[in-house]
Amino acid sequence: MATKLTQSNGAGWAFALPGFGLMVVFIILPFFFAFALSFTNQRLISPNPTAYVGAANYRQLLGVGTITLDPLRDDAGAVQRAADGSPAYPRLREFTRANPDYPQLDGMREWFSFGRGESRTFVLARDVVFMKAIVNTVIFVLVVAPLQGALALGLALLINQRLRGINLFRAIYFMPVVVSIVVVSLLWRFIYSADGGLLNNMLTGLSFGLFTPVDWLGTPSTALGSIIAMSIWQAVGFHMVIWLSGLQTISPTLYEAASIEGATKWQTFRYVTWPGLRNTAVLVLIVITMQAFALFAQIDVMTKGGPLDSTQTIVFQAVDRGYGKQDISGGSAISVILFCIVLTISLIQRYLTRERT
Amino acid sequence: MKTMQILSGAALAALLGSTAMAQTELTMWYHGAGNQVEADIINQIIADFNASQSDWAVRIESFPQIAYNDSVVAAALAGNLPDILDVDGPVMPNWAWAGYMQPLPLDAAVIADFLPGTKGYWDGQLYSIGLWDAAVALVTRQSTLDALGLRRPTLDAPWTGDEFMAALDAAKASGDYEYAFDAGMAWTGEWYPYAFSPFLQSFGGDIVDRTTYATAEGALNGEAAMAFGEWWQGLFANGYAPGTSQDPAARDNGFIEGRYAFSWNGNWAALGALNTFEDTLFLPAPDFGNGPVIGAASWQFGVSATSAHPDGAAAFIEFALQDEYLAAFSNGIGLIPATATAAAMTENYAPGGPMAVFFDLTAAQALVRPVTPGYVVQAKVFEKALADIANGADVADALDAAVDEINTDITRNGGYGH
Repeated sequence: MATKLTQSNGAGWAFALPGFGLMVVFIILPFFFAFALSFTNQRLISPNPTAYVGAANYRQLLGVGTITLDPLRDDAGAVQRAADGSPAYPRLREFTRANPDYPQLDGMREWFSFGRGESRTFVLARDVVFMKAIVNTVIFVLVVAPLQGALALGLALLINQRLRGINLFRAIYFMPVVVSIVVVSLLWRFIYSADGGLLNNMLTGLSFGLFTPVDWLGTPSTALGSIIAMSIWQAVGFHMVIWLSGLQTISPTLYEAASIEGATKWQTFRYVTWPGLRNTAVLVLIVITMQAFALFAQIDVMTKGGPLDSTQTIVFQAVDRGYGKQDISGGSAISVILFCIVLTISLIQRYLTRERT
Repeated sequence: MKTMQILSGAALAALLGSTAMAQTELTMWYHGAGNQVEADIINQIIADFNASQSDWAVRIESFPQIAYNDSVVAAALAGNLPDILDVDGPVMPNWAWAGYMQPLPLDAAVIADFLPGTKGYWDGQLYSIGLWDAAVALVTRQSTLDALGLRRPTLDAPWTGDEFMAALDAAKASGDYEYAFDAGMAWTGEWYPYAFSPFLQSFGGDIVDRTTYATAEGALNGEAAMAFGEWWQGLFANGYAPGTSQDPAARDNGFIEGRYAFSWNGNWAALGALNTFEDTLFLPAPDFGNGPVIGAASWQFGVSATSAHPDGAAAFIEFALQDEYLAAFSNGIGLIPATATAAAMTENYAPGGPMAVFFDLTAAQALVRPVTPGYVVQAKVFEKALADIANGADVADALDAAVDEINTDITRNGGYGH
């Protein structure tokens, strides 16, 4: 396959070399390292020799099992109930801790459970924290990708006008992107603080005291949502600029033609602007998705994965294990799993947004 | 040809002779970058040492504490370790086991009078020695005890667990405080195992079974540990203490602002409390049945495995162990001096001094954290378990999960050399 890329293009390759070389050294090589290390028991610090362990790291991370239990019954055969009236079941630790009848469940923990009739099926995972990390990350991506993309487009449309002082608004919307994410996370920790935080004070003031202050980052049900809101706000300016560049490639003559034809604002957007933004939309969507999967700094600064694992994420787990717990092989296995997930989703997105001819 | 050899031989001899005359350079890494007082003291010790003899010249490089451990690990992987290392006490076994450090050739008589927490032993050998220790106490005020009608506990008769909970009940019922007890949940990281594992040990449990260091089963999820877990959860569920989302600023200032009746805090924060309230008390840890316990071991000095001059490094460390330097560190940054004679030379820890009680607490109640290379991982697992339990996780499940993770880690590391 002789193409323009390979034939008499020495200067092109020479120009690409510095960037390309750095990518090979710092991205591509480490990835192959991670792939190889994920099949070993490599530690960050250890005098023991590294050994090949096969897929043990993956089994440890991804192992799941189920067990269906009947409720406890008293001597008369009636179902025992907990204080809140729900049926009481035997403790899972009786089955998952050194029970010779259930060797496949040894060391597993409850992930979630569902009931059918009186019996209840418990889904167990060997590594519940990692499972929760996957679920949280997916939720994060599913919420952030459409919301941040749409919000950024809205802002881009707003500032794509010839008005006095419009550059001021562009600068303001873009500002959070320029500030380090660590600083932004620290500031939002203060905003969300249960101890006289700005958000609680504002809501209390606006509702004339009706609002009960919430411990935003300290409550499992609100922690992830708080981080999602803050993350959308932080990076929305970046995608706004990409949308803006897309908007400015659309020829003004198309808009003139549309207005001569008497198109409404919505029709102009639907039939002129949106088709013109097609490639930009694909780019924005893929970039947001990838960035969202890499969620780390906000978690590290604001919650460290807590409370009760409600904000664990895949990358945070990879770092926490690889460096915090010195388990380089486990961290590598998580990275490889993340790579597979992101690759799959990118391919699906490519397929769905392909040019139909 | 012959003359060439003789000439070069003579030149070589002259070269060797001249280096032998000069001092051999020893490099040293220290964790205290950014603290001017600390830097002044350590630089003074080095200057004194270099001037006191003609064999060695120590050169120091300081790192910010937060980046220090990573720097050492990176340097070890790259083969660039300095001669003299500064190491956090509980981390030392990990580095010694990994082959970053070598035993410290120090005469036992030199450190005979040192507080036990300052001596870093691994595998029966001394690897590190500290110029100071740190201690934790239950901080409150005499006026608080009087107002609540509470007995003042002493080293000989500390509060029992029931008395402690009765004190918290009284403080809570008084309505004068936002929370009765400030455990310091805002300080994530090493604070959790350092400050809270002594409670577990006082209940009779531990992070890991110290007789074998091969398992945490029974130690961290046995009956004693379950009792500890229920008690721990109750502190937060029943509103005695602020939980994991405590504001760091509230942790630092809550006690002196009068928001907390009792605060579990270290000697490094003692001066702030004393300067605000003259009647500040530093009470011993309560006894939950298995004796009152507080944590021990702070930063210590040792010799790296790759050092070609362990004798020189040891000579410097021995030089630094003089009472005047222990006292200087104590006066400068508030640490507990490692010997009673040095304590007598300090402003705060001299007998009758405002913080002397910390010296007594350390001598009487201190227990080092588990001495095992796996501690680094176990500390993180323990921290997560305690945070989860405080946030309402099922106690048995949280402790079981911690035990499983610790045991898996021990197995994967071939028992960590025990």
